[in-house]
Amino acid sequence: MSRVAHHTAEELADLKHRAPLLRLDGVTKTFPGVKALDDVSFDVRHGEVHALLGENGAGKSTLMKVLAGVHRANSGTIHLNGEPVEVNSPLEAKARGIVLVHQELSLAPELSVAENIFLGSLPTKRFGLVSWKRLNAAATHILDRLGVKFESYDRVGDLSIANQQMVEIARALVFTPKVVVFDEPTASLTDAEKVVLFDVIAGLKKEGTGIVYISHRMDEIFTLSDRITVLRDGQTRGTLNTRDTDEDGVTRLMIGRSLDKSARKAAPEPGPVALEVKGLSCGDLFRDISFSLRRGEVVGMYGLVGAGRTEIAETIFGLRAKDGGEIRIDGAPVDISGPPDAIRHGVALAPESRKEQGLVLGMNCRDNMSLSQLDAVSRGGWLDRGAEQAIYDEYAGRLSLKAPSWRTPVRNLSGGNQQKVVLGKWLGVKPRVLIVDEPTRGIDVGSKSEIHALIRRLAAEGIAVLVISSEMPEVLAVSDRILALYHGRLAREFAAADVTEDALVQAISGL
Amino acid sequence: MADTLASLRRYMVIPPIWLFLLACVAFFSVLTDDFLAPGNFTNILIQTSTIGIIALGMTVVMINGNIDLSVGAVVALAASLSVGLQDQLGTLPAVVVGLGSGVALGLLNGMIVWKTGVDAFIVTLGAMIGVRGLVFIYTGEQSFFAMDFAYSDFGMSTIAGLPTLAAIFLVFAAIMHWVMTATVHGRNAYAVGGNREAAEHAGVRVGRHMVINFMLVGFCAALAGVTLSTQMGASTPNLGRDYELWTITAVVLGGTKLAGGAGSILGTLGGVLTIGVLRNGMNLMQVPAFYVLVVMGVILIAVLFIDARVNRRGAGELRL
Repeated sequence: MSRVAHHTAEELADLKHRAPLLRLDGVTKTFPGVKALDDVSFDVRHGEVHALLGENGAGKSTLMKVLAGVHRANSGTIHLNGEPVEVNSPLEAKARGIVLVHQELSLAPELSVAENIFLGSLPTKRFGLVSWKRLNAAATHILDRLGVKFESYDRVGDLSIANQQMVEIARALVFTPKVVVFDEPTASLTDAEKVVLFDVIAGLKKEGTGIVYISHRMDEIFTLSDRITVLRDGQTRGTLNTRDTDEDGVTRLMIGRSLDKSARKAAPEPGPVALEVKGLSCGDLFRDISFSLRRGEVVGMYGLVGAGRTEIAETIFGLRAKDGGEIRIDGAPVDISGPPDAIRHGVALAPESRKEQGLVLGMNCRDNMSLSQLDAVSRGGWLDRGAEQAIYDEYAGRLSLKAPSWRTPVRNLSGGNQQKVVLGKWLGVKPRVLIVDEPTRGIDVGSKSEIHALIRRLAAEGIAVLVISSEMPEVLAVSDRILALYHGRLAREFAAADVTEDALVQAISGL
Repeated sequence: MADTLASLRRYMVIPPIWLFLLACVAFFSVLTDDFLAPGNFTNILIQTSTIGIIALGMTVVMINGNIDLSVGAVVALAASLSVGLQDQLGTLPAVVVGLGSGVALGLLNGMIVWKTGVDAFIVTLGAMIGVRGLVFIYTGEQSFFAMDFAYSDFGMSTIAGLPTLAAIFLVFAAIMHWVMTATVHGRNAYAVGGNREAAEHAGVRVGRHMVINFMLVGFCAALAGVTLSTQMGASTPNLGRDYELWTITAVVLGGTKLAGGAGSILGTLGGVLTIGVLRNGMNLMQVPAFYVLVVMGVILIAVLFIDARVNRRGAGELRL
């Protein structure tokens, strides 16, 4: 702790004169058929947060995997503290003080928090027995630093996703790391948890740790970072000082053009009511929810995690049994006891977790798209390949899906394109009501605005669209009306024209 | 090298086990005089038809991400019923009862898996033990002999020079291949095994779908029991022991993943024939029976190891 440095503004200005802690030069990495990284150079200095930005598929993850020893670069060099090093395995990377905090959780759910944090390096006593006392003490020490509200002996499987993410971060702090790479660390964190994470990052900075921060969220990047490097198509497009740039400048580097912020065209007059929900209730998940969706209209549903948004969607789609209330489609009350019923009534749901619920990852694009409409592309149980292909071609075209071919497993697509496959799957059934839950989670900025425009276009074609989101800019960008949820209740309804961010925040916080 | 192998695989319609099968055929052709003899190949087909028929149903269940361990016991049950009831019911009705018993047990297995959510491995493990018990209760530990000679003649008969049992297997394999590649049911099987939750979200009636497949594998096992007993003109209560293991071995050799979502009938056919050729070839080379088992065990692991290497490199996954 003797090396604690306090950065004043002047010192920060000095940063660029310092020798980099970690430097990558001319790193190139090719996979069969793809040049994932092309002559990429990148460096991190002591006590600096260097944000790494780029659309999905730009090469961020590959770059970080090269750094963390998961992949080996075909050419290029890595210098740590000015010395050339080779990082051939994740273990070696760790030993050199380079730690990666994964976007995807890699925890053992049946083990305790402490065991997970020290997995692979459990403190032992005689005969190789685990020293529980030392283990829990050390874990508690790290957890205190993170200011979390769970204990070292809690079972990881019992924690919320956000708290599991904190355990993942705690893991990185075990070996006083020199460089910590955060890959989308806030994807599943609440605002309060984000603040804690940012404090941790500030603490690491003070100790002189170099931090690489990968995120899609501009606000975070501008709050946290000292410098920003943008990757596009596997190449470095530029490194900017955060103070000297703004969102627009960064976005231009990322996608090579300026972004049209508002996805909204002039809102057309909405049509008749397509979906009406009256007094819908389900246990203590949500109570007495009433709202309606008109054809040609996009309604946003905004609320904190746990406010019951996803559960409402699941109930309308028949995945959950309601214990009160009524659902009407085109004015007629319907009984939906499962997805097949919902689909028959023209209700479609693009679920929150694309990979777990929306797609069969190992299946190709075409088969994924036709999965919800096999009845329409078959006769007496026999598939009509021509009809199937026609549907794929139509929606791949309309959604401008970028896939090498229909045979490509959806696993190999970017998040944005995966979402398009999910949307295509539902558009084929010609839905009256389309519910999209977190349509752009984990999707990069460029594709985000494309998905938003798509949602607007679908509404314009006469579909009633319900967009569930925890991102305020998203809700504001796409909705004609906004439903604010608080604790399983409908707190307020806003017309998009006269909503303010403050009012929205108050509504979802129960104020 | 690994890259070319991987890209080769992508364009290869024929499952890789067929390469291994060809190698085995070449190996035994060179080392033994009798392997290429005209009658030997039909021999292999007859020998493998029992396991083969079960494997066709097992493939579908395993693509679903399930498994059925009770097939061996069902073989014994169906054989005992269709031989034992011949006196009272007549041959054809007895066979129908035998086949029906397999379908009914499949229905039971499937319903339990669906409604309770208990893993198919556990449910069918229980069924495997319990059904074997039923067989012993029904038969009183006795073997039955078919008094209707037409029954045992059927097992020896031929259609256009091809043994009837082999023909049944090959025709059934062709039908199942079409079901898996060209029907909604086949497509759903891959979707359910690949991601059950996503299939449910897409409107697939997952529970019903899985039950149908358990009934299918039950039927296959019962059919195998019937054909096996026509071959022997008899049934014994211990018939079909270890058949679940050989069946799963054949299916897995054929490239079907235990986790579900991937596999093919063509692969299973290759797996079944590989086991048949290895057994037959080593027999001709007069390898003692127990050594044959050792070799088969080693080959199972070796083939899957190579397959995993090729696949993993191809997918560019983590080095673990």
